[in-house]
Amino acid sequence: MPRPQILPTFEDALADLRDGMSVMIGGFGAGSPINLLTALWHRDVRDLTLITNGVGFPSPNPDLKAIADLIQDGRVRKIVASFTAATRPSRPGAAEELIRTGQVEAELVPQGTLAERIRAGGAGIPAFYTPTGAGTLLAEGREVREFNGRPHLLEHALTADVAILHAWKADEAGNLVFRRASRNYNPIMAMAADMTIVEVEQPILPAGALDPDHVHTPGLYVHRLVHIPVGGVLRIHRSTGTPLLQTETPEVTPQPVRPEPRP
Amino acid sequence: MSAHTEEPKRPLDREQMAAILAQRLGTGWVVNLGVGMPTAVSNFVRPEQEIVFTSENGVIGYGRLAGEDEEDPDVVNAAAVQAVTLEPGASIVHHADSFALIRRGLVDVTCLGAYQVAPDGSFANWKTQDDGRADLGGIGGAMDLAACCKQVYVVMEHTTRDGQPRLVERCTLPVTAPSGVTLVVTSLAVVAVRDDRFVLEEHAPGYTAEEIRALTGAPLEVSPDLRRVGV
Repeated sequence: MPRPQILPTFEDALADLRDGMSVMIGGFGAGSPINLLTALWHRDVRDLTLITNGVGFPSPNPDLKAIADLIQDGRVRKIVASFTAATRPSRPGAAEELIRTGQVEAELVPQGTLAERIRAGGAGIPAFYTPTGAGTLLAEGREVREFNGRPHLLEHALTADVAILHAWKADEAGNLVFRRASRNYNPIMAMAADMTIVEVEQPILPAGALDPDHVHTPGLYVHRLVHIPVGGVLRIHRSTGTPLLQTETPEVTPQPVRPEPRP
Repeated sequence: MSAHTEEPKRPLDREQMAAILAQRLGTGWVVNLGVGMPTAVSNFVRPEQEIVFTSENGVIGYGRLAGEDEEDPDVVNAAAVQAVTLEPGASIVHHADSFALIRRGLVDVTCLGAYQVAPDGSFANWKTQDDGRADLGGIGGAMDLAACCKQVYVVMEHTTRDGQPRLVERCTLPVTAPSGVTLVVTSLAVVAVRDDRFVLEEHAPGYTAEEIRALTGAPLEVSPDLRRVGV
């Protein structure tokens, strides 16, 4: 089996990233590659095209960086996302303002279409039709075709030079397992990028330690792994904003599904 | 005057609106809840309704919002920051498979917030201004859900902060979908949307049909079974 590189630091994993590359970034609340994002910000590459769920907000923690920090700090030429502006007019972000004034290009894509364009990119399908967005502003100037009496929009696949992702477990063959809803975009982006770079919560396991039936992403799609070291960020506690850090003894164990019915 | 006018006027709060939405879900339905007020709905269903809640991020079969002691940061709903509980029998898929089941038509109803709804079932919830910019907005999964779920229930305040109607003849903001809404729960009323008409089915405590009609920007018919909300 081909083996991915197992690298000691996030900086090493991103060392050959260049200006102008396209980067897919996994995560939807859970499953964001916070350590790789922060390293990407420090790497200071420019003119990036980001493909990710949304623009979001800057990191409240100065030691960590979010997608909005990359945009605000001039690293991004274009973003492809399902949220490019706040849905509350009272909360416009600086990233949104850069898009409004044309300093950053944006392609706004319905979330299911975004996911399927990424999936198609990873599956070798160049384009597909979907009913989503028909009859809206997004359909203007687009190729529309009727199937089963309904209008459908032509959508093109998305691929990228690099994907930066977050997984729960990995083995030396690059096989990945995601935990709960931290799976989200991570598996489909792994398939759609030429260089898939993954930060991993648990120590990298020897090949054979993961049950093949339980692998979410086959190692064939994975190029670089970094085990999140002690002090690295596992996840952000969403209600408090505090990062949960990697400790000497990984304390992340799957909690059982609550067996009792709701009251 | 009818008896209900004697009750003090009391617009519905967010929890009450979520509770009304929960009452309107059929037994065994597969239900998607959008960001904002709808995500509270999973707190209000009864076990015998046997609802399966799905979330765009691939969580199939979740339950109520998680309390602090049971919060798992990897189990979140469409709001991405709200932890939910998993019901026995839950499953998790990736984002593309999550939208595959939406597009395939497995979801009976999606409950979404909105800025405007019109009698043709069109609604607007992805842009706060009509600036003609197709590159700026917050669509999330709303367009996929609206285009592919069997029904769309909207929950929103009855009027804007400055008193303008949100139930309108025609959406002035860019629409999320040109049709699909079948029910609107507002702070003052429950309104069915069918055959290009708004039909008032329930009123908030103390509000008459006339008072609700005055705050509505399109003709509002009154159901012969008009009743006070049951919350």
